[in-house]
Amino acid sequence: MSGRKIGDVILELQNISLRFGGVKALTGISFDVREHEVRAIIGPNGAGKSSMLNVINGVYHPQEGRINFRGEERRKMEPHRAAMQGIARTFQNIALFKGMTVLDNVMTGRITKMKANFLEQAIRIGRAGREEILHRKKVEEIIDFLEIQHIRKTPVGRLPYGLQKRVELARALAAEPSMLLLDEPMAGMNVEEKQDMCRFILDVNDQFGTTIVLIEHDMGVVMDISDRVVVLDYGRKIGDGTPDEVRGNPEVISAYLGVAH
Amino acid sequence: MPEMASSRALDTFPRLLSYHAQVRGDRPAMREKDLGIWQTWTWGEVAGHVGALACGLAELGFKRGDNLAVIGDNRPRLYMTMAAVQCLGGVPVPLYQDAVANEMLFVLQDAGIRFALVEDQEQVDKLLELQEQMPQLAHVVYDDPRGMRHYNQPFIHDIRELMAMGRIHNQNHPDFLADEIALGAADDIGVMLYTSGTTGKPKGVCLTHNAFISAARGGVEFDRLTADEDILSYLPMAWVGDHLFSFAQAMLAGFTINCPESGETVMTDLREIGPTYYFAPPRVFENLLTQVMIRMEDASALKQRMFRYFMAVARRSGAEILDGKPVSFADRLLYTLGNFFIYGPLKNVLGMSRIRVAYTAGAAIGPDLFRFYRSIGINLKQLYGQTETCAYVCLQPDGEIKFDSVGKPAPGVEVKISGNGEILVKGPMLLKGYYKRPDATAEAIDADGYFMTGDAGFFDDDGHLKIIDRAKDVGKLANGAMYAPNYIENKLKFFQHVKEAVVFGDRRDRVCAFINIDIGAVGNWAERRGIAYSGYTDLAAKQEVYGLIQECVEKVNAELVSEDTLADSQVHRFLILHKELDPDDDELTRTRKVRRGFVAEKYALLIEALYAGRKSQFIETQVKFEDGRTGKVAADLQIRDVKTYPAGRLAA
Repeated sequence: MSGRKIGDVILELQNISLRFGGVKALTGISFDVREHEVRAIIGPNGAGKSSMLNVINGVYHPQEGRINFRGEERRKMEPHRAAMQGIARTFQNIALFKGMTVLDNVMTGRITKMKANFLEQAIRIGRAGREEILHRKKVEEIIDFLEIQHIRKTPVGRLPYGLQKRVELARALAAEPSMLLLDEPMAGMNVEEKQDMCRFILDVNDQFGTTIVLIEHDMGVVMDISDRVVVLDYGRKIGDGTPDEVRGNPEVISAYLGVAH
Repeated sequence: MPEMASSRALDTFPRLLSYHAQVRGDRPAMREKDLGIWQTWTWGEVAGHVGALACGLAELGFKRGDNLAVIGDNRPRLYMTMAAVQCLGGVPVPLYQDAVANEMLFVLQDAGIRFALVEDQEQVDKLLELQEQMPQLAHVVYDDPRGMRHYNQPFIHDIRELMAMGRIHNQNHPDFLADEIALGAADDIGVMLYTSGTTGKPKGVCLTHNAFISAARGGVEFDRLTADEDILSYLPMAWVGDHLFSFAQAMLAGFTINCPESGETVMTDLREIGPTYYFAPPRVFENLLTQVMIRMEDASALKQRMFRYFMAVARRSGAEILDGKPVSFADRLLYTLGNFFIYGPLKNVLGMSRIRVAYTAGAAIGPDLFRFYRSIGINLKQLYGQTETCAYVCLQPDGEIKFDSVGKPAPGVEVKISGNGEILVKGPMLLKGYYKRPDATAEAIDADGYFMTGDAGFFDDDGHLKIIDRAKDVGKLANGAMYAPNYIENKLKFFQHVKEAVVFGDRRDRVCAFINIDIGAVGNWAERRGIAYSGYTDLAAKQEVYGLIQECVEKVNAELVSEDTLADSQVHRFLILHKELDPDDDELTRTRKVRRGFVAEKYALLIEALYAGRKSQFIETQVKFEDGRTGKVAADLQIRDVKTYPAGRLAA
């Protein structure tokens, strides 16, 4: 259906282990992400999916293992550095500014692109005004793309959950990321909202060529939209491959459905 | 407005467009909100784009007499395409954009569509789905490129490419366009609009340039519209009302049409544009009022008291002030105060501060609703017409507004009532005929050239036309009393809690009804009473909701008994349907009229339960979702008996 070409590996994780005190969140996990692909991370509750995402964008620092992003090796990275490198994310429990309008929330996604300094922005002199117009245009394109024009001026706190999720995606897109990390983008949505979200994720991937790493519980969704899937269970990787390969993997089936003892 | 003297030269829409491009080339013709900013096309630019589109279409092989389907929301380039097609002597055929592919198939085949201009990917997909069934389809042009990158079929074109092609064509053949426009005649078919098909298959109504220009000219002169009007174009382009107001009248008077950003933003866009001229079916006015009332209930106590006080003042004197009738000095003073504190801000919220004339049509409007808008100073009027008459038969003149009539025959229109009470119409705005259906044309137009509207009605003492019902729907009860289902249904629908009603009673001993509740209004009502519900089906089954609807039905009965011919039509029993009637399930037409026969057939089980006197009935119904998938809704429906009043009680 799409003309996008899946490219080379841009993110490689090798032997990642992450501990919180004595609790092992991730143990020796390796996988890679290729450019322009939709890569899903699945697994039962507590499998370490969100931790994995947090490792990728630098919120957590694994005790062991190596991360290679676009040929650059890093052990420690701060989230804002990740943002500068073009990694944006959304959160499992929505993290928007509830009192601000949709437009303002999405504008905050442009923050890494703003060049004017604090003083210029505060009193709106010099390049600040010009810049704002450019950023606003970009933001409006995203609003148009995600079809949220009708709530442009609505405070986010007043929106239903499904739309808040979409606004969060809009804010992540505003940073024009090359890689987008989505933490359960469809959790708590009804079927129709899920379908919309799937369509938007695929559209983003298709239109902007954004590489997408997503965590999702809904197996149907994952199998439909992902190119490759990695399966975690108790902090270990138990499967990796195309949706079909993963579906047939006995270890994955037992992790999800339980095994008869 | 163009001078009458020059009207000979301005007898087709392309000529009108050229005229405006010369006379007011830099005045706004169309606006559309794009990326949050209103973009304007002047008359000069519109003429240029239309020319490019016309030449581009010619390059694709579009010929005089060809039909072109236009499918999409109201977009400037879609309106321009209609004009472009007319330049080439072709016929634009707008389709309802929310119809699913299979519903479109009939019209597309009937009209022999070879060319289609559609808004976006969604519509392109529908056409691709139908491609096998309509091999004649040769070219599809789309307006919005979003999501279209991977469609590389050679017969799918971007409208920008088409216009670029057209501009080159225009350079090579500079006289082509002018020659084509010169070939057009007033009696050519300007547009083909399909009837919604309440009964049977839709029919293509062929309307000439002259018909629409006459209708538009009549309306423009009647309400003294100028080139400075602003109108919001948000109703389906396939509907005759939109074509009259947003295309024909705009082209004639040279005013500005404004296209909303999307269906959901209409309210905001309405406020931003502040149209001076406005057209909406009753349900839009009703939704607006419902929203206002819901918000008022959440307002502070002081605001609520002020609102109630000044609305009472408005009810007393607002409509009279608007009509220029005498009103006491005290009331006039209070009304002025009310205008400052309540009506003005309210109109501003509704986006109606600048409105000079607003029309409603398409269905009966509730007297309370109608009075509300007039009382706060909005010159809301009713008109009457159908697709076959360019929606131009009767208009309410300023200052002569009656809540229950549709006004007087419009300038240039002859209206008479036939022996059996049917309304007959004659005038320049009549259809030329139904497309490829001479049989239907012969049936619809009598020997004297009158179009038979199929509506039953009569003139009152002041010469105002009153509509009773569809002539074919007027029946008799078992005891021989007259039975007019629409009339009863409209009375029910005038309650804000009732969204839709279908009554039964023809050749039966009593009248029973199906009710659809309005999920917005009833939902809010339930919330305020702390009634929890999970969705439509659940809410509709609540005892409290049944109680609420029962009150409405009883009020209708009380009204019916006072109109002696209809006293026997009181509703004896009713039930609330477990699902909303929906055009996707074929229960309503795309213009949201109930398809009575289909509903009766589909819910025969429920009708039987109503008449058999059962207390409840289990039913399972298939529903179709927007994407074409189907599901099932099941419910055990209660049936309620309603208090009726003895006939003749009030007559005595």
